[in-house]
Amino acid sequence: MQATIALAGNPNSGKTTLFNALTGARQHVGNYPGVTVERKEGLCSVGAHTAHIVDLPGTYSLTAYSEEEKVAREYLAQERPDVVIDTLDASNLERHLYLVVQLLEMGLPLVLALNMVDVAKSRGMEVDAEKLSELLRTPVVPTIARTGKGKQDLIQIAADLAQQPVNQTPLVISYGADIDKALLQMQSMISEGAFLKSYYNPRWVAIKYLEMDEDVIVKGHEANPDLSDRLTAVSARVAAHLEATLNMDPETMIADHRWGFIRSIIQQGVITRSNDSDRLYLSDKIDMVLTNRFAGPIIMLAILYGLYQIVFTYSAAPVEWVEGLFSWLSDTVSAILPPGMLQSLVVSGIIDGVGGVMGFVPLIMFMFLGIAIMEDTGYLARVAYMLDRVFKAFGLHGSSVMAYVVSGGIAGGCAVPGVMAARTLRSPKERLATLLTAPFMNCGAKLPVFALLIAAFFPANEALMMFGITLLAWMGALVAAKILRMTIIRGESTPFVMELPPYRMPTFRGLATHTWERTWQYIKKAGTVILGISILLWVIMTFPGLPENKAAEFEAMRGQVSAAYPEAAALELENAGEGAELSEQAQALSGALAAVDSQEAQAALRNSVAGRIGGALESVTQWAGFDWRTNIALVGGFAAKEVVVSALSTAYSLGETDPEEYQTLSQTLAKDSSWSPAVALALIVFTMFYAPCFVTVVCIAREAGSWKWAAFSVIFNTTAAFILAVGVYQMATLLGY
Amino acid sequence: MRTICLRKMEQKQGGTIKAVKASGELGRRIRDMGLVPGTRIKIQGRAPLYDPVALRVGDFTLTLRNNEADYIDVNVD
Repeated sequence: MQATIALAGNPNSGKTTLFNALTGARQHVGNYPGVTVERKEGLCSVGAHTAHIVDLPGTYSLTAYSEEEKVAREYLAQERPDVVIDTLDASNLERHLYLVVQLLEMGLPLVLALNMVDVAKSRGMEVDAEKLSELLRTPVVPTIARTGKGKQDLIQIAADLAQQPVNQTPLVISYGADIDKALLQMQSMISEGAFLKSYYNPRWVAIKYLEMDEDVIVKGHEANPDLSDRLTAVSARVAAHLEATLNMDPETMIADHRWGFIRSIIQQGVITRSNDSDRLYLSDKIDMVLTNRFAGPIIMLAILYGLYQIVFTYSAAPVEWVEGLFSWLSDTVSAILPPGMLQSLVVSGIIDGVGGVMGFVPLIMFMFLGIAIMEDTGYLARVAYMLDRVFKAFGLHGSSVMAYVVSGGIAGGCAVPGVMAARTLRSPKERLATLLTAPFMNCGAKLPVFALLIAAFFPANEALMMFGITLLAWMGALVAAKILRMTIIRGESTPFVMELPPYRMPTFRGLATHTWERTWQYIKKAGTVILGISILLWVIMTFPGLPENKAAEFEAMRGQVSAAYPEAAALELENAGEGAELSEQAQALSGALAAVDSQEAQAALRNSVAGRIGGALESVTQWAGFDWRTNIALVGGFAAKEVVVSALSTAYSLGETDPEEYQTLSQTLAKDSSWSPAVALALIVFTMFYAPCFVTVVCIAREAGSWKWAAFSVIFNTTAAFILAVGVYQMATLLGY
Repeated sequence: MRTICLRKMEQKQGGTIKAVKASGELGRRIRDMGLVPGTRIKIQGRAPLYDPVALRVGDFTLTLRNNEADYIDVNVD
């Protein structure tokens, strides 16, 4: 038989480390259906058997308050694992026992992993595992997850317990005379009615009714409305009585008694301290510097900036390798397949589209490594702590800063890892607001667009303009977050009741797993959808192509051009290999032919679906000063913002242009009569705020848990960007720019 | 012994929680972390903008915002 063992525990209890130690490489990660909470499972050998281990999300309690707690409780109650292992931090035992008490009250077969006994010892604390086991009537195994010490004993005891028939008597705590009396009454009502029997034990259900637990009450009402109403009535009577006599609600009373129970256990000699508990630990001393009023913010800025530099500097080379690999692939395929539709589809549609996504992989790996280091050392919690006041003003959370910085808060980031970095936020509303606004930041792909326009129209103030653009992005993102939080993601801010975990040295293994898990999810999930969208974009920019008579016209033009030159030049051009030296005449001919080619490309683009859309949009976008060519560039920019520049150069018939080499295009735009500084400003604003690129959109859908939010971000951002662009254009035109 | 609101406590000041007046989500969060009457706490520090505040509770450090601290009364030493 295969036993299922669930791994529960507080955040920062070493639960994940233990999970990794137990399962080794045999694990897989996904999300729980419908929610963004990670679901990790793995296998572990116990003697000749294999145990199936499920890592539950870290929770302080099982009150079904946060998404994590709901998932953990639902799993424990409905899937009924054979055994639950709860990981405790021995150096912080009292708080960790709260979850233990709740698990015991549910009547689950439990084994306690008394983890980090080494840390406790270094703090002068000795925990008596036997005594604890005796008092709680449940096995306790001392472990050190980082070194794997005790894991064999732990899994053996858990497996033995799994063999025994499930007949655990739930822990019974006294909650004071009033509540105890009501509980007995409710218990008998529940037992008689066999109410919610398949899930929970009667006393536990009764406690949940007294705690006014929404989840359980809703379930109970579905199962038996009449009995559920009677239970609610009993609970309301107790509540009224407690309110009148003690000015307290049952939920508070129950929690206070649970803590009383825990304290009584601790005081029965479970912990012996060899020094004063008020002394400063090393962690506190580090905090005195790192969260100091004056030094703290400076060090934080330095660390964030440094991290950013390292990530984007060191990922540059591997990004180039991956891009090199894909350009090699597209060259190879171009050589194999004959020129035509199929070649264009495979090369421009599939390889370039997927390559564009895969090119991000090294960047994302580095970013996640950086975040994992900050998270695992405990520094990220300090960043949230220091910045919370500022972000709270805009309806966000201190932890939002990471997502913003990565997305391009320091110009040049990337919204894809930025949106994924919003995972570190536990509060759902702030997290949603963060991932919807992070794409407003100036990612690396928007920079060539800005550089192009600044070089063309504001060459005198380049640095100032770039600085202004960065400020504007921050302002835009924060204001948009505020608006969202006041309208569709309205609601109280999530309490900032948060633990500052002690500083810890991260383990190599922990960092590697964290980084790899997230990167792999990106590759796997984003990869499939993106392939589809990039094919779609290729289709709308290719079809229906030029009508035959038009194509023939261009063919004829090529013939005329060739005829104007001596035959020798045409022959030379035809036979010349790549990179061969050409004579002056052949060079001129080649240039003339290229000009015809790009005119044809321009005409084809004008006639494509994208071109027609661009033309049709003119009636609207003229208010922002954009003509059909800019519109196509912006439609293409939905694929990736770099495309804005390359599509503009196609539309202005410059042939193939490297997005980095915008000099010629910039001169062309500066001279073109349909352009002005007002148009440039409007386009800068529009590019900054309109729909995120589709890789980001896919990530938003994944992270927010629904395509609805992805669609919202496309529509909301584009509308906001359009309004701003029109405002800027009209204003600048009035001022005479 | 004086009873004051947690928000008014000074740096490094210690005390024992007398009452937690929050209910609902916030109350639950506070109690889940062990902030219940009878618990010893000590102000560990404040963020650079004086909000949130960091407390030592038992063997760990907890942070909360000032408007959340308003719900907690403490008997200070």
